Amino acid sequence: MTKADLIENVYMTTGFSKKESAAIVEMVFDLMKDTLEAGEKIKIAGFGNFVVKEKAARRGRNPQTGSEIEISARKILSFKPSQVLKAAINGQQD
Amino acid sequence: MTKSELIERLSDEHGLLNKKDAESIINLIFDGIGDALATGNRVEIRGFGSFTIRERDAREARNPKSGELVSIPSRKTPFFKTGKELRERVDG
Repeated sequence: MTKADLIENVYMTTGFSKKESAAIVEMVFDLMKDTLEAGEKIKIAGFGNFVVKEKAARRGRNPQTGSEIEISARKILSFKPSQVLKAAINGQQD
Repeated sequence: MTKSELIERLSDEHGLLNKKDAESIINLIFDGIGDALATGNRVEIRGFGSFTIRERDAREARNPKSGELVSIPSRKTPFFKTGKELRERVDG
């Protein structure tokens, strides 16, 4: 499934044109990206949480050369699925 | 940001979408992703990320309270890989 399928769902359900449906779906993901970029988490009940986590700098190794390298501190995005989503994926009623 | 705040922001930003429309669209999107995963499909949203299913092996574990040995059956779990654009923006 891709964004095009989500746009098709919106188009079939709402009566907005394809172009408008595409703009709406795009807007939803843009709003989410802006929020996460600002470091704010997103909690979608029944689906899961998107959380920005700070990773400390650490020493690592280049697996090809074996030489030690410094891995800088960074921010990463992690997704924690809700119980409801996990149950649905395992074919339970929840 | 919660789901209801996302609905509000979508309605505010769009102009033509009332709260009720915005709510059904947000539900449509997340239910659509969930249904695709539940039927074993992967979902890829360009610039945002992709959702896939990962299999966890069955394993033996202990109930931390009673110390009893319990077997946990193999199960599936959703996995999200952040897309390149979002990964770079989050770390910016």
